[in-house]
Amino acid sequence: MRSAPVNHLEVLEAEGIHIIREAVAELERPVLLFSGGKDSVVLLHLAAKAFWPGPVPFPLLHVDTGHNFPEVLAYRDAVVEKFGLRLIVASVQDYIDDGRLLERPDGTRNPLQTQPLLDAIAEHRFDAVFGGGRRDEEKARAKERVVSLRDEFGQWDPRNQRPELWDLYNPRHRPGEHVRVFPISNWTELDVWHYISAEGIELPELYYAHNRDVFDRDGMWLAVGPYSEPRGNELVRTMQVRYRTVGDMSCTGAVESDAADVAAVLVEVAATRITERGATRADDRLTEAAMEDRKKEGYF
Amino acid sequence: MAARDNTSLLRLATAGSVDDGKSTLVGRLLHDSKSVLADQLAAVTRVSKAKGLGHVDLALLTDGLRSEREQGITIDVAYRYFATPRRTFILADCPGHVQYTRNTVTGSSTADALVLLVDVRKGVLEQTRRHLAVAALLRVPSVVIAINKVDLIEYDGAAYAVIAHELAAIATGLGITDVHTLPVSALIGDNIVDRSERMPWYDGPSLLELLEELPVASDPGVGFRFPVQLTLRPQEAARDRKHVEYRGYAGRVSSGTAHVGQEVVVLPEGVHTHIAGIDFAGAELSEAVTGASLSLRLADDVDVARGELISSVADAPVPVTELDAMVCWLADRPLLPGARVLVKHGTRTVQARVGEIVAKLDLDKMAPEEADQLALNDIGRVRVRLASPVLAEDYTVTRHGGSFLMIDPQTQGTLAAGMIRGHAVFGNDFTADSWSI
Repeated sequence: MRSAPVNHLEVLEAEGIHIIREAVAELERPVLLFSGGKDSVVLLHLAAKAFWPGPVPFPLLHVDTGHNFPEVLAYRDAVVEKFGLRLIVASVQDYIDDGRLLERPDGTRNPLQTQPLLDAIAEHRFDAVFGGGRRDEEKARAKERVVSLRDEFGQWDPRNQRPELWDLYNPRHRPGEHVRVFPISNWTELDVWHYISAEGIELPELYYAHNRDVFDRDGMWLAVGPYSEPRGNELVRTMQVRYRTVGDMSCTGAVESDAADVAAVLVEVAATRITERGATRADDRLTEAAMEDRKKEGYF
Repeated sequence: MAARDNTSLLRLATAGSVDDGKSTLVGRLLHDSKSVLADQLAAVTRVSKAKGLGHVDLALLTDGLRSEREQGITIDVAYRYFATPRRTFILADCPGHVQYTRNTVTGSSTADALVLLVDVRKGVLEQTRRHLAVAALLRVPSVVIAINKVDLIEYDGAAYAVIAHELAAIATGLGITDVHTLPVSALIGDNIVDRSERMPWYDGPSLLELLEELPVASDPGVGFRFPVQLTLRPQEAARDRKHVEYRGYAGRVSSGTAHVGQEVVVLPEGVHTHIAGIDFAGAELSEAVTGASLSLRLADDVDVARGELISSVADAPVPVTELDAMVCWLADRPLLPGARVLVKHGTRTVQARVGEIVAKLDLDKMAPEEADQLALNDIGRVRVRLASPVLAEDYTVTRHGGSFLMIDPQTQGTLAAGMIRGHAVFGNDFTADSWSI
């Protein structure tokens, strides 16, 4: 039997479920952004709990850069199958192929996700877009509301955010606008791992230690693959690594690790002295305000 | 869900006037509790050097937006997370500028405790009084007043005592019952995490030690309340065939507890029934406790929709169509009598009309002041007529049952934070002596 949500993880779970139900109850066309990354996996797990014994009452949307890890795509498809969900894929590759987007000189496709995302939201008229963003990830995200308004251009205006009081969320908006909803806003990376451990949630295997061919670029271990080739003097080594975040192969770094299961990852995360995005995301290193700039344009 | 440990969760809000060193205090708290990681510190160190500062400016840890860093001020509430072996903290770091009082209201609405920062050299400022008044009005259970920059007065215990005494008196006068004061230096780190050795005249706990001890807020004064969010009725879509007939009501227990078999009343209709079952994601529970998200099955064939309240019987709230409320006006355009708004109370949203602006609250005198409109950041007392009833309760007794939002039916934006002071059932007493917050 389960009693009071006394410990903080139970409080966070109850809060997340409450937020998901509020958005679904008040709005018409929700969708959940699903990348196969651990935060979106936890979010989907909460949604499944929130609507038990019914199905999750909304589709998943994946913005596919075309540079994803193959094992993450396989995991994504398996999850869609298991929960009996509808998956919508917005493909960055399609946009590049027909010229709507240009490949960047640095090869990174992360910033290119915004336009396909906004187009998919408009095309399907989604009004509540669930995301697994957490405030502890990054300093612009620390300013984000749980329910965050986007104007008809998908833009976030950090200087003019709605006040968010008590647990009374206001997801209402005018036609053409939508809200982003972040039910795990208040979770930290460690909370997510404790929850994955407590609930026995399955993740893509690259979150756990494995051997991989990697090379050092700007202090980050990038995997050797079709979208991330070593240049000139970048030396390839086989190392035991795992990933702390899952993004594009071309800009997501691996960390050296022998944490092969959840228990070992928990120990590692609790002891780490580097933030997950700082350790593993080239896209956030571009400028001091890289995330803020992308968010203003409509990024996740 | 298996409990990993028994650390509790405490929600904090910070407040203070400009330049009281609030961002530095928060940065220090995060840094000294080892919640700042090496790459964050390296970035802050790099920027501090580039700015030509002689020290590492910990305030840079919390100012997240470009314009904040450029202007050196905090604009919007930022949320921070840190943990000790005993407790996990969510900290809403609220800006100090007068024009951002609405952010202090926002941060205080969910806080178990407010940490108010005061510059020992400046003493009690207008903004200090305002922040204490907001904390009292929003019924933040505990207030911790950190009197900062004691290093700049050579750790003078007598000077500290004068200000601490004055602040405690103001807080107590406002009706705040749990008030703590302590001397700190956020810049140096005195009494933030570790007790300072430079103040032998102070033998109390450090700020972090104090925060580990404070009680977590709850609404002990009222019975079982369960605002229904939605009906779970999967029919043919059920993930398991045995649940095609399932009908449960999903929500989060806002106060009290209830058990299977207990009699409840569904409001505002007033239908009596019993709890037949309590479910959470496939697990059957015997009890529904405060704060839990779950679903209830009811014994009789009653039909319950979003916006209705499942309540314990003896202390059930009365449906009302007229509110007497304090509102903090959060919008740029003013509130005028006759305004049409939406009121969101619990999970219920109803059309409403603001009848009368009774008066505005002068936060400095803590007394009513005549007003014919409320502007941004004003706090006032209004009467509101509702198109259909809500289950209003007194905010001084229950934050959940007594709070509401005012929403603009045109822009759909949030206009005001409302706190119910009573309602027509209790009479129409709008005289000055019923104004104490």
